Parts: sequence; structure tokens; C-alpha cells
Amino acid sequence: MGRVVAKPEVCIGCRLCEIWCSVAHSRSRNIIKTFLYEEKKPFPRVTVEEKLPLTFAIQCRHCAEPDCVAACIGGALFKDPASGRVVHDREKCVGCYSCVLTCPYGSIVVDPKRREVFKCDLCAGLDELYCVSHCPNEALVYVPEE
Amino acid sequence: MRAYDYVIVGNSAGAAGCIEGLRCVDKSGSIAVIAEENRHIYSRALVPYYLDGKIAGEKMYYRPADFYKRAAVDLLEDKAVKLDTALKRVELADGRLVGYGKLLLATGGRPIFPPIPGLDKKNVFSFHSLDDALGIEETLPAAKNAVILGGGVIGLMAAEVLHRKGLQVHVLELADRLLAPVIDETASALVEKTFQEAGVEINTRNTIEKIHGADRVENITLRDGRTIPCDILIVGVGVTPRVELAEGTDIKINRGIVVNRNMQTSAPDVYACGDCASTYNFVTGETHPLPLWPNAYRGGRIAAFNMAGLEREYTWGTSMNAMHFFDLNLINAGLNITGSGGGDWEIIAAVDEQQKTYRKFVLNRDGRIKGFVLAGQIARAGIFLNLMRREIDVRGFRQELLSTSFGYSNLPDDMRWQLLENEVILGVV
Ligand SMILES: Cc1cc2nc3c(=O)[nH]c(=O)nc-3n(C[C@H](O)[C@H](O)[C@H](O)COP(=O)(O)OP(=O)(O)OC[C@H]3O[C@@H](n4cnc5c(N)ncnc54)[C@H](O)[C@@H]3O)c2cc1C
Ligand code: SF4
Ligand code: SF4
Repeated sequence: MGRVVAKPEVCIGCRLCEIWCSVAHSRSRNIIKTFLYEEKKPFPRVTVEEKLPLTFAIQCRHCAEPDCVAACIGGALFKDPASGRVVHDREKCVGCYSCVLTCPYGSIVVDPKRREVFKCDLCAGLDELYCVSHCPNEALVYVPEE
Repeated sequence: MRAYDYVIVGNSAGAAGCIEGLRCVDKSGSIAVIAEENRHIYSRALVPYYLDGKIAGEKMYYRPADFYKRAAVDLLEDKAVKLDTALKRVELADGRLVGYGKLLLATGGRPIFPPIPGLDKKNVFSFHSLDDALGIEETLPAAKNAVILGGGVIGLMAAEVLHRKGLQVHVLELADRLLAPVIDETASALVEKTFQEAGVEINTRNTIEKIHGADRVENITLRDGRTIPCDILIVGVGVTPRVELAEGTDIKINRGIVVNRNMQTSAPDVYACGDCASTYNFVTGETHPLPLWPNAYRGGRIAAFNMAGLEREYTWGTSMNAMHFFDLNLINAGLNITGSGGGDWEIIAAVDEQQKTYRKFVLNRDGRIKGFVLAGQIARAGIFLNLMRREIDVRGFRQELLSTSFGYSNLPDDMRWQLLENEVILGVV
């Protein structure tokens, strides 16, 4: 497993990666249904940073030595040794935000209303990486682990 | 005598970090864990969530039931009572001797009970273990009035849970404000306001004068002269490192078991981490106890690499807390500089008491962040911890730190791309 890497110089700040990340993590995986009908709008796990003219997307780096895993008091975060993915188990998460405190990239996304957190799961179980495949400018690429 | 390549005393955050670290680099070395709490590895930090009914008992467990089996760890469920660093062995309460190649002390902390007569009564609890949680749970149905001794992180978590359970809660704090060692006056005031709005009685500059009752606490006379009813008393005034195994050996103790940056004690082949240890604080450069979950886990992991012969340094730990009380979220790390700064410190801060948001950054003379507090809006807080860790000069964008949408885009180009060197691809156009 690797991670998704941004090319800031060709990012146009359209935030389609955020939109499609939400869709990827929705119930229906349909863009219209996701935003019009789904009661619980899925949070994008990728963040587009913007300070014009600069824009670029950033999401979990699936760190080799993940700070979030060390910090998690609930045992909800772990690095899967087989895939290298840093996985968040929502069942075990208590919303303590220790991971938010420690992730150096700000890549744990918070839903303050529900005290829930989300992170990039590299589209586990899906057949494509939604942010990568829907970026109109190819400003996101998947880089496998060296 | 059975001997193991690696022996770990304690069965919590530090132990988990060590086991997982060891198994990354040494798949075959033998490992034993000595554990006096007769339970599968659990997170004591989940005690408040358990009592709040947010999680069921089995969710207290920090790792799956087959954790030891999968890591090929022998679990010795007994208390270690004696350490012999010359013969390299540990004696258990039942007389068994366990030899070690490398030893990790991850014995954690012990809740402090101040010398007040009556704290041995039946309805008095610390807020530290699963046993405490179960005892409190049993006492709750018949309880109406709770007294919490200590207005620190642990005491306040207990206060919130018991309030939610429908009890009338009094918090007693000796200092003139809550959480004084952790956050500054402004943040303390936000926390106090939050508790008062919820209906929790906060009594600062106050403590227990006298406990009344036979085998149970019934009433408590406070220092200010009032006597209040009490059906359950929680003592949450802090933890002290459990150093007893190291006492009387050649292991140096200074509040906690002193370790160097390799997590090594002054005795050969003996390491320590977590709440029992005095470890390196990267912000101050000093060595002292930093009793927090991330420090225990990461300290155990770094110890593991060194125990297995790979040199690694622990320069990651500092004071860091993610807290929440009712609807107020708080994150802080590094130095807690109170007042308006001055002297060596430059303070960048903004508070909105209505919205209950607060951001404060403490910079040293060279513009390096040495501490910060975020209340209300805590999103992406780890970026600040990273700027602090990497000793980034933030003076060029200091006011932008106060923006709730602060991110790497606020940094000057060269600085940003240096920090994100491996995270982006540049030079494509
Ligand atoms: C209610 C509560 C909430 C908390 N919330 C947070 C939080 O939100 N964030 C955070 O960062 N930290 C939090 N903490 C602190 C965190 O839980 C501790 O820092 C962490 O548990 C330390 O882990 P440790 O491995 O050093 O030791 P401990 O968790 O204290 O475990 C040590 C273990 O060693 C065993 N042991 C000790 N001596 C012996 C012996 N001689 N023989 C055999 N076994 C022995 C003990 O019984 C114990 O099981 C909280 C703590 C509490 C109590
Ligand atoms: S959430 Fe943050 S700390 Fe955790 S693996 Fe991803 S980038 Fe690393
Ligand atoms: S919020 Fe959830 S995932 Fe993050 S540290 Fe807390 S329990 Fe772990």
C-alpha cells in the first residue's frame, strides 16, 4: 500500500476530490443521492488547502510510524502490517480527539456535532481511488510504497 | 527458572507499544508480560466513556482477544515483587523467578490519596482502573450526591460523567482555578463556565476538612466551613510513578524511573516508559514524568527498537492533552505559560467568551512555538504540534495561527514544501 500524493502546481482548487471522497464514503455512492437525500452527509477525508493562488489536496499519509496510532486511547487506530494502511475502526472510536492532536498533517477530519473522526482509508473495498480518478487535472496520483 | 529474551512488567499502553515494536523487528525472540491486573489489556483512559455508557465493557479492551497469542507473548498473571539487575531476573509474588535478556518497566502510576482521614471508606474511589469503574458503577444507583476531590483532567472527567448520571456533583480544587497545571487562566475560565452552566458546583480554593460517616462517607465538611452530603467520593488529585521495583536497585529514580533518550535506565538491559518513568520532554529538554497515553505507547515502542538492538531516540514526548468537557473541546501541548507572557515569551492569542473559542500560541524569542492551547475549534491541531516539533520559525505568519482554517498553505513556500517534501510532487510544470 502506498498513498495519494498531490501535485500542487496543477491543482485548480475545484474541490472535486472532496466531493468524490464524500461520495466514496456514502451509502449510495451516487453523487446526486449522496448530497440530496442522505441524512448523514459523509465527510470528505481529503482536505483542499487554499491560499490563492495556491491550492493542494492533502489526506492521510499512512505514515510508517503513525503518531495517531500511538496516541489513540481506544485502540481504534492501527497500522495493518499486511497492507501498510493506517486503519480507523469506527466501532472502537470514542471521539477523544487524541489523533487530531497528534496527526502532523491535520488529516484526521472531525465531525464536532457527532464527536466522530474520519480519515482516508485509501478507498478500502472500492475498486478505485475516488479522489485520484475524479480529479479533472490529474493533480492527485497514487504512489505505491517503494 | 524460565528466561525470556524480553520481559515487560505492566500490561497497558507502554507494554502494547513495546510488544508491537518488538514484533516489527524481532519475530522470534521470546516475550513475557507480567501483569498484576487480572485482565486482558485494556485502556484506563476509557474509564469515563465506560461509565458514561458510551461503550460496553468489551470495548475497554485495547487490543483484540488474541493479541498475545498472535504476538507470541506469554502472559504471566502475577505481580512482580522484586528485581535483581545483577542476576537479570524478576521475582513474582508466587515465588516464580523470571529471567530476562532485556527488561521493560511499564508499571504505570498509582493514584495519589492525600493524607485525609476517612479516604479508606467504602464509597471512596480513585478514577484509574477498570476495578474503579466497576465499583463506581455499583455504587451509583443509590447515590445522589458526589464529591470530586481534584479539579484536574481526571477529576473533571469524573465530574462530567457523574453529572450526566444525574448526581449532584461538587468539585473541590485547592488551587484558585481548574486545570491550573495544564492550561492558562483564560482557558480555565472557559472550562469553569462550562461546568457551571451544566450545573456542576465548582469549589476552588477549597478542599476536604473532615469526612463524616462510619464505614461509608456520608457528609463532608469543607475548608470553607460548609458541610455537604456525599454518597460517593472520587479522589482525582493525580498519579505518582510506580517505581517500587526499581527501589533498592542501581536504577536511578527522580520522581519517575529515569531513562535516557533510548529509554534505557541506569541499569544495563533495563528500560522504562510511560507513567512510571521520567522521560525526555522535547519542548523543555528536561527529563520528568509525562503521564499520558501517547507518551507511554511511543516510549514503549522506542524502547522495543533499542531492546532489539536498533538504536532509536525518543524525542517525541511532551505534555499534550486532548480533552472535552460537555460541549467544550480543548487541545493543548507544550509549555503552559500563564498571564500575558512578557519576558522571553511572545503570546499570540484570541478569545471569544461567547462562542467559547480560544487560541493561544506561546513563541520563544526565536519565533518557535513552545506551547499552544485551542478551545472550541480544535481541527487540524496536530499541525501546530508538528510546527513545534520541527522548531519552525512562525514569525512570518504569526497572526495567521489564529485562523481556524490554518493549514500548511499559510506557510511560506520554501518552508511548506520542505515540511511536505515527501508528501507532494513538485516541478511538473
Ligand atoms: C480516567 C483516565 C483517563 C485518561 N485519559 C487520558 C487521555 O485522554 N489521554 C491521555 O493521553 N492519557 C490519558 N490518561 C492517562 C493514560 O491512561 C496513562 O498515561 C497510560 O495508561 C499510561 O500507560 P502505562 O503503560 O505507562 O501504565 P498504566 O496504564 O498505568 O499500566 C501499568 C500496568 O502495570 C501494572 N503493574 C504495575 N506494577 C506491576 C508489578 N509490579 N507487577 C505486575 N504488574 C504491574 C499495573 O497494574 C497496570 O496494569 C488517562 C488516565 C485515566 C486514569
Ligand atoms: S492520520 Fe496522520 S498520523 Fe495517522 S497515519 Fe495518517 S497522516 Fe499519519
Ligand atoms: S478519536 Fe477515536 S481514533 Fe482518534 S484517538 Fe480517540 S478513540 Fe482513537
